[in-house]
Amino acid sequence: MTLSQRLRDIDWIDVWLWVFRVVIILGVVIGITRKLFFGAGTTYDSSDWIDFFISGLSQGGLYALIALGYTMVYGVLFMINFAHGEFFMSGAMASTYLIASTLAASGFINEQPILYLVLVTVAAVLTSMGVSLLTERIAYRPLRRAPRLVPLITAIGASFFWQYIFRGLFGSAVKAFPVPTILEGRVNVFGLDFLKVRLIVIIVSILALIGLYLFVQKTKTGKSIRAVAEDKDVAALMGIDVDRAIATTFAIGAMMAGIAAVLWGLVFKQVIFSMGFVPGIKAFTAAVLGGIGSIPGAALGGFFLGVIEAVGPPLILEGLGAPGAHQLKDVTAFLLLVLVLIFRPQGIIGERLAEKKA
Amino acid sequence: MNTINWRRVIQVGLIMGVVVLIASIIGMVQTFDERDMIAGLLTLGQLLLFAPAFYGGFSVAGKDERRAPVPTLLAGLLAGALAAVPVVLLVALAGFWTTIRDYFVNVSPQLIEILTFGRESVSGSLLLLGVMAGLGLLGAAIHLIPQRVRRPFINATMFTLVFSLFSDVPLNIANQFLSRDLVRLVFPSKGITVVAAVVIFALALAVALWWEFSGRARRQQQQATITPEARRRNSLIVMVVSLALLLVLPRILGIFLTNVVAQVGTFVLMALGLNIVVGFAGLLDLGYVAFFAVGAYVTALLTSTGDLGLGVNFWIAMPIGVIAAVLFGIVLGIPVLRLRGDYLAIVTLGFGEIIRVLVRSDLLKPVIGGAQGILDVGRPNFGSFTFVTPEHYYYLILAGCMLALFIAWRLRDGRAGRQWMAVREDEDVAEAVGINLVGTKLLAFAIGAGFAGLAGAIFGSRVGSVFPNSFELLISINVLAIIIVGGVGSLPGVVLGAFVLVGLPELLREFVEFRLLIYGILLIVMMLVRPEGLWPSAVRRRELHAAETDEPSVAAAEGPLHEEVQPLV
Amino acid sequence: MANILEATNVTKRFGGLVAVNRLDFAIPEGGIVSIIGPNGAGKTTFFNCITGFYQIDDGDIVFNGTSLKGRSPDKITRLGIARTYQNIRLFAYMSAIENILAGMEPRLNSPWFGPVLGLPGTRAEEEKAVEEARQLLRFVGLRGKGDSLARNLPYGDQRRLEIARALAGNPRLLLLDEPTAGMNPRETAETTEFIRNLRDEIGITILLIEHDMRVVMGISEDITVLDYGEKIAQGTPVEIQGNPRVIEAYLGRGAAGAAHLTVESVEEPA
Repeated sequence: MTLSQRLRDIDWIDVWLWVFRVVIILGVVIGITRKLFFGAGTTYDSSDWIDFFISGLSQGGLYALIALGYTMVYGVLFMINFAHGEFFMSGAMASTYLIASTLAASGFINEQPILYLVLVTVAAVLTSMGVSLLTERIAYRPLRRAPRLVPLITAIGASFFWQYIFRGLFGSAVKAFPVPTILEGRVNVFGLDFLKVRLIVIIVSILALIGLYLFVQKTKTGKSIRAVAEDKDVAALMGIDVDRAIATTFAIGAMMAGIAAVLWGLVFKQVIFSMGFVPGIKAFTAAVLGGIGSIPGAALGGFFLGVIEAVGPPLILEGLGAPGAHQLKDVTAFLLLVLVLIFRPQGIIGERLAEKKA
Repeated sequence: MNTINWRRVIQVGLIMGVVVLIASIIGMVQTFDERDMIAGLLTLGQLLLFAPAFYGGFSVAGKDERRAPVPTLLAGLLAGALAAVPVVLLVALAGFWTTIRDYFVNVSPQLIEILTFGRESVSGSLLLLGVMAGLGLLGAAIHLIPQRVRRPFINATMFTLVFSLFSDVPLNIANQFLSRDLVRLVFPSKGITVVAAVVIFALALAVALWWEFSGRARRQQQQATITPEARRRNSLIVMVVSLALLLVLPRILGIFLTNVVAQVGTFVLMALGLNIVVGFAGLLDLGYVAFFAVGAYVTALLTSTGDLGLGVNFWIAMPIGVIAAVLFGIVLGIPVLRLRGDYLAIVTLGFGEIIRVLVRSDLLKPVIGGAQGILDVGRPNFGSFTFVTPEHYYYLILAGCMLALFIAWRLRDGRAGRQWMAVREDEDVAEAVGINLVGTKLLAFAIGAGFAGLAGAIFGSRVGSVFPNSFELLISINVLAIIIVGGVGSLPGVVLGAFVLVGLPELLREFVEFRLLIYGILLIVMMLVRPEGLWPSAVRRRELHAAETDEPSVAAAEGPLHEEVQPLV
Repeated sequence: MANILEATNVTKRFGGLVAVNRLDFAIPEGGIVSIIGPNGAGKTTFFNCITGFYQIDDGDIVFNGTSLKGRSPDKITRLGIARTYQNIRLFAYMSAIENILAGMEPRLNSPWFGPVLGLPGTRAEEEKAVEEARQLLRFVGLRGKGDSLARNLPYGDQRRLEIARALAGNPRLLLLDEPTAGMNPRETAETTEFIRNLRDEIGITILLIEHDMRVVMGISEDITVLDYGEKIAQGTPVEIQGNPRVIEAYLGRGAAGAAHLTVESVEEPA
C-alpha cells in the first residue's frame, strides 16, 4: 500500500477526536500537577479541600434529585424534558412567595421550624407536580407518536412559557428564601465540619433517592412504570393504563424537583424566576453521566458532577493558571456534558439504553 | 344545535376565563393597555381582555348551519359571561385582600382600574361582566349571518384591528409623503381616531364584499387551470416587482421602520442558516448563537478603532469573520455530529453556554473585553463613502439576505440538498447508499455557521459595538422559533417567520417583556396545531401530516426496526 | 471463477450472544448465492457485517481484494456493494426518482458548491443522472411513477424501487434481504425471474437471504445454511434438500426422517 493510499484511508475525524482527547487529558494532568506539586494559584490546606468536597457533595445531591426527573421521563418516553428545570423553579418560587415569606413574617418560622419546612416542602412539591402534569397533558401527550424532535421543541417552548409566567406572577426581582435560625451555622459530625444546611441536603437527598428507588422497584405503580418504559404497547395490552403511568412518572420527577427546590432555597437563600435553567442543564448532565434512563445512575451522576464542579476549577483551572477560575464553574459542567456525550454516550456507569435508542 | 350543550359552554367559558385571568395577573393586560389601538375606544390590553370572550362565544356556537337563533345566542352569552367570572372574582378579592400585591406583583390598582373601566368595583365588575357577555353573544351571532356576508365582515374587522394595532407603519409611511396636519387627522398621538377606524372598516368591508360577490369562485377556478408557463411568468413578475420594491423600501418607510427591517433582515440571515441545519439536514442546533458571536467578535476585533481592535478595513474583516465562523462550525461539528437527534441538541446547547460563559470571563477579558465588550466597531466604506445610516445598512443586509437565499435555494435543489434530505429521513440507509454522514452534516453545519457569521459581522458594525449580552441563548431560541413558526425547511417561510417574530415585537415595544412567553406559547401551539409552519415547504406538508392520509405507506409496511428511525422534526 | 467476496472466520457478538460464529463464506463472481436458516440464525447480522453497519469482532471480509474490516458503510458501498432491506427502507418522503438519485451517490462526483456557482460540469452530471434514473425506473417497471413519493407507492413497487436504488450505484455485488417477503405467488415468480435477469443481463453478483424455498431452490447456485450463527451446511440446492442437519434445524430433532424440504419446488419452474 502506498503512502498516499494509507493517508486516504485515515479517518480524519478520528484523528481530530484523538487530538481533542489528548488535549483534554493533558490539560487535566498538567493542571493537577501544577496545583498539587508546584502550588500554582491560591494555596489551600486540607480542610479547604474537604470543604470543597462537602459542598460539592451537597450540590451533587441537588443535581441528583433534579436529574431523576430527566432520567425517568427519558426512560419512559425517550424524550428530553427540557422544561424539567422549570418544574424545579416553579416549586421554589411558589413556595417562597406564597408560604415561606408569610410564615417568616409571622415568626412561625422559628417557633415551629420543622413544621415550617414541612409546609414549605408540601407547597413546593404540589406546585411542581401541578406544573409538570399540566405540561405533560397539554404539550407532550398529544405528541407522543410524533417524530422525536417535535416534543423536544414543545419542551423548549414550555420551558420559556413557565419561566415568564412565574416572572409575571411574582416579578423579576430576587427574593430571599427565609431559613430558620437553628439551621444556620456549622455542625461537627464524625470529626468533619459541616454547614448545617449542607448536611441536611446530603441526608435528605440520599433518603429521597433511596425511597424513590424502592418505590419504583417494589410497588405496583413502580412496576407499571417500568413496564411502560420497557414497551408501551405491550404494557397497554397487559392492562396497564399507559397515560396514567406516564403522568405518574412526571409527577414523581416533579416531586423530587420540588424537594430539591426547598433544599436549594436553604442553601442559596434566594429564588428568582430564571433559577431553573442552569440547574436543569446540569442535572441533565448528571443524568447523562450516570447513563440516562437509570435511576441509580442519575443519583451517582449527580454526586459526581457536584464534586467535580466544586473541586475541578480550583484543582485544574487554577493549576493551569486561568484567572477567575470560579467564573468557569459552569464551563466544567457543560464541558463534562459535551465530553461524555461525545466519547461515552452510554454514561460513565454504562446504560445500554442510550446507545440503543438514541 | 337546538339545545345548549351545557358542558361545552361551561368548559369553553371557563378555559377562556382562566386565559383572561392569567393574562391579567401576569401583567400583560396592564402593559398592553398602554398601546392605544382606536383612540379613546380600544387599547391592546382591552383587546386581550375581550378577545377570549368573543372567541368563546364564537366557538360554542359551533359550525352547524341549521341552528336555532335563541339557544345559539344564549350559549354565546353564557360563555362570554363565564369568561369574565375569574377576573371579576379577582377584582372582588383585590378589594378585600389589600396586601395581595405582596404576593402577586402585577395585581396593581391600575390593573383593577382597567378591569373595572375606572369605576368603583361593584358597578365596574358588573359592567365588565356585561361587556364580556355581550361580546360572547356577538361571537355567537356571527354564525347567524349568511356565510357570504360573514367572511367579508370578519376580514374587514380583522383588517381594521391589525391596521390600528400596527398604526406605526402607515403613520411612518404617511409622514414620508403627506403633511403633518393631514396625518394627525387619522393618527392622533397613539393609535388611530374613531372616525378613521370607521372609515377604514367601511372601506375594507366594501372591498371584501366586492371581492366576495364579484365571482370569487370563478377566479379560483382560473387559478387552478393556469398553465405552467403562465405560472412561471407570473412568479417572475412577482419577483421583479418585489425586488424593485425592496430597493426603494427605505424611501417609503422612513428611518424608524428601515431600522426595524434591518433588524428583521439580520434574523432572516441567521434563520436561513439555521434552516439549512435544522430544516434541510434535520440537526437541531441550540447553540447556534455561538457562530453569530464568532462572526461579530472576529469582525469587531479586526475593525475596531478602540483599544482591542486592529483597525482593519471592514471589507477585509467581514470575510475573515465569516471564515472564522465556518471553521468554528467545523471544529465543533466534527466531534458532535456523530450524535443523533436530541443528544446533538443538548451538546450544542452546552457549547453555546460554554461560549457565553467564556466571553464574559476574566480568562478572555484581555482579548475580547469581557463584559465591557468591544466598542467603536469599524464601518464599511466605498472610497470616501461610509455606511452610517440605517438605510445604508439596510442595503448591506439586503444584499446578504439575497446571497444567502440564493445559496440556500440552489443547494436545496442540488446534490447537497438531496443528501441532506436522505440523512434527515434515515441516517442508516443514507450511509448505506454511499453518503458520508459526517461530511454531509458538517457541510450543513458549516454553511449555517457561515450565514450566522455574516449576520454577526454586519450586526456588530451596524450597532457599533459588541457585548456579551447580544449573544444569549435567547438568540438561538429566537432563530429556532422563526424557522418553526415560518415553516421548517421552507425558504419563504423563514422570511415570513422573521417578520412575524422579530418585526412585530419591534413595532410593539410593549411586547418586549412578554416576548419569550409568547415565543414559548407559539412553539407549543405550532407543534400541536400546525407543525409544518405558516408557509410550509411542499415536502414538509406531506411529511408531517402523514398520519392523516389513508394512502399506503412505508411506515405501515415496516417492522419495529424502522420505527426507531423517524424523520427528524 | 474468482471469488468476489471472501469472508473468513467472521465472528460478531452482542454482549454474551454470539450472533455470527466463525463463519467462512465465499461468493464467486457472477454467481447467485443464498443464505438460508431459521429465524434468528444470524443471516441479517451477517449482511450488516458485510455492509459495515456492524463492526466484526473477529475474522475478515475481503471484497475484490480489499479488506472491508473497519470501513464505514458509505465507503463499502462506494467499493461496489449495495443492499436492500428486509423491511423496506426507502426515503419515504422523497419521490421515487429522488430515491434513485440518492442511490447514485457512489457515482456522483460534482462538488457541493456546483449548483451555487452554476458549474457546467455539475449541471451535466445532474442531467445525466436524472436521465439514467428514468431508465432505471423503466427497467424495474415503474415508468411514469418517478414523481410519486416513495411512501405512496404500492408494496410491490416499493420493493422494486428499493432494488432500483441499490442498482443505481452500479454495484458489483448486490445483497438482497428477503426480496419476496410479503408477496403473493405471482409477484414472487416475477421477482425471481427479475433477479435472475439481473445477473444474466447486467452481470451483477447476487447474495440472497430468503425464506421462500421456491425462490431459493429455483435460482441459487450455491446455498449456505446458518443456524445459531454457525454454518451447518453448504452446497447446491439438491445437496441441501437432502441434508439431514438442515432439515433438523428447520423442523427440529426427530422430524429429519419424515421431512422433505419442499422438493416439489425444484420440479415446478419458478
